[in-house]
Amino acid sequence: MSAHLPALPVLVPLAAAALLVALSVERLAAQRAVAVGACAAQLAVALALLAASASGEVRSYALGGWPGPFGIVLVVDRLAALMLTLTAVVALAAAAYAAAGWDARGRHFHALFQFQLVGLNGAFLTGDLFNLFVFFEVLLIASYCLLAHGLGVARLRAALHYVVLNLAASALFLIAVSLLYGVTGTLNMADLAVRAGQAEPADAPLVAAGALLLLVVFGVKAALFPLYFWLPGAYAAAAAPVAALFSIMTKVGVYAIIRVHGQVFGPDAGGVALVAAPWLVPTALVTLALGILGALAARSLAGLTAYLTVASVGTALAAAGLLTAAGVAAGIFYLVQSTLVIAALFLLGELIALQRGEAADALETGRPVAQPLLLGVLFLIAGMTVVGMPPFSGFLGKLMILHAARDATAGPWIWTVILATGLLALVGVARAGSAVFWRVSSEPPGAAKAGAAAAPAAALVAAAVLVVACAAPLKSFADATAAQILDRRAYVDAVLSPQAPPYRSGPREAR
Amino acid sequence: MELLVASGIGLVAACGVYLLLRGRTFPVVLGLALLSYAVNFFIFAMGRLTVGGAPIIKPGSAGHADPLPQALVLTAIVIGFGMIAYVLALAIRVCRETGSDHVDGGGKPADREIP
Repeated sequence: MSAHLPALPVLVPLAAAALLVALSVERLAAQRAVAVGACAAQLAVALALLAASASGEVRSYALGGWPGPFGIVLVVDRLAALMLTLTAVVALAAAAYAAAGWDARGRHFHALFQFQLVGLNGAFLTGDLFNLFVFFEVLLIASYCLLAHGLGVARLRAALHYVVLNLAASALFLIAVSLLYGVTGTLNMADLAVRAGQAEPADAPLVAAGALLLLVVFGVKAALFPLYFWLPGAYAAAAAPVAALFSIMTKVGVYAIIRVHGQVFGPDAGGVALVAAPWLVPTALVTLALGILGALAARSLAGLTAYLTVASVGTALAAAGLLTAAGVAAGIFYLVQSTLVIAALFLLGELIALQRGEAADALETGRPVAQPLLLGVLFLIAGMTVVGMPPFSGFLGKLMILHAARDATAGPWIWTVILATGLLALVGVARAGSAVFWRVSSEPPGAAKAGAAAAPAAALVAAAVLVVACAAPLKSFADATAAQILDRRAYVDAVLSPQAPPYRSGPREAR
Repeated sequence: MELLVASGIGLVAACGVYLLLRGRTFPVVLGLALLSYAVNFFIFAMGRLTVGGAPIIKPGSAGHADPLPQALVLTAIVIGFGMIAYVLALAIRVCRETGSDHVDGGGKPADREIP
């Protein structure tokens, strides 16, 4: 069983989605049980993979039984396992939130949700560039439907923009992938990492063009400047559990940038080594600055959180874009905690909106919320975390980023932008909090109270706080992850060393 | 042959990009379709252009067609076809809900009339 563990993060949601499609729409209780159960199972699998990857072992799983580089492989290393765990945590919270009543608004919500998890988990696991495209499409197709879920004019309009933009990005992805295949003759990432460095000098510009086209595609997914304009509209229009799951979707772009530009076209890639490095830090810093300016100008809680998503991607990539061990480690740490807290903020935003009557989540005078203590404290903790105030995890993340940027040539820029945007973010979040909780009208609070739906939001906030308590092990794990990414020998060896597939040679451990 | 194929792909892609930048959803969808055709040809061409290459290698056969881009292009066609169908359905729904064929659901009054 443990030999097949790497395939389970894809198979579990796929089976659950098939089951959910087959279940009749009226049996909502059964649907909820299957959906939440599948998310919990994914969390268990992800934790098992995380524990296995902690030793530094890279596991390659040959799907068709053909050894790499000819067959299709799934690869579990530290980064993939960490992202799987993060996805499972956010997905469990979002599914539990939706199961508290939201999912009754549209049909097949849970099935679409599981299909999106297939795409997300597959994108983190795949060791093949074309399959990265396929899994991107799987997660995008599900996200197109989820974004339009529940309908409404604003949501449909946002969905149309989102779909058209992502289809154009998919076309670019295919051009990049086939260009790389045409020049190097391989799509396997490990093989590509070896062959890209050996490309003839005449072919090197073509490889570089393919690599930079991939950067554009991942930039669209991650919402990097100047490709982020779709995000605030789409995320603010999406329903809370959908937006919470989407908070991991921008991180897929960041993951792909780290994987492809940190590892495949990393420091050892010969003529095309670090081809994306000159672009990453400047665009990330501009993204961060514009994201925070947008957050300052936001008129609703969802809009604020959407712009904070843009800013978090900018912050994480400002560090990871340095492509040094310390930078990538700091970027990964920041990415983990910011995903948790932004997902929590999306859920909290809707909980608050439901209790404010007509004002909903607009940042203007409205009636007071029914549970000011619970929601206020959760919002305070989440807000302070996302701003980066001590003692919360955002502070630790930013501290690591500043520390990593100390010796870099872009260091002064990173310090200036991160410290200045931290202050602006504090102003923006404080303005939102005081508008929602303090600047209230004299109406009595409504009777509607958040019941079971508050638990997932509180759990996500608690997870973000827990990151502080576990900061030391998480930091050392992030350091080891960054070292594994930048020194790709273990990855290449695991994928390319000839070995029989697991179901013919017995358990992996016997090897 | 290379020049013909390359300029053909370029022309189709240019038409696709032009249509993609139009203000109404129908040309945009057509643009996406044209762009995906151009991309499919591009993938196909990346397996090198051969005439009369053997699809299955036999002893003594000189040269063969690269099968991998053909597999890739098949996947890309299927995904592209499904996506065009979805975006069409979505565009019709948006048109019904907003009463406009404009991509922003608004635009000039002349754009708002549904023919």
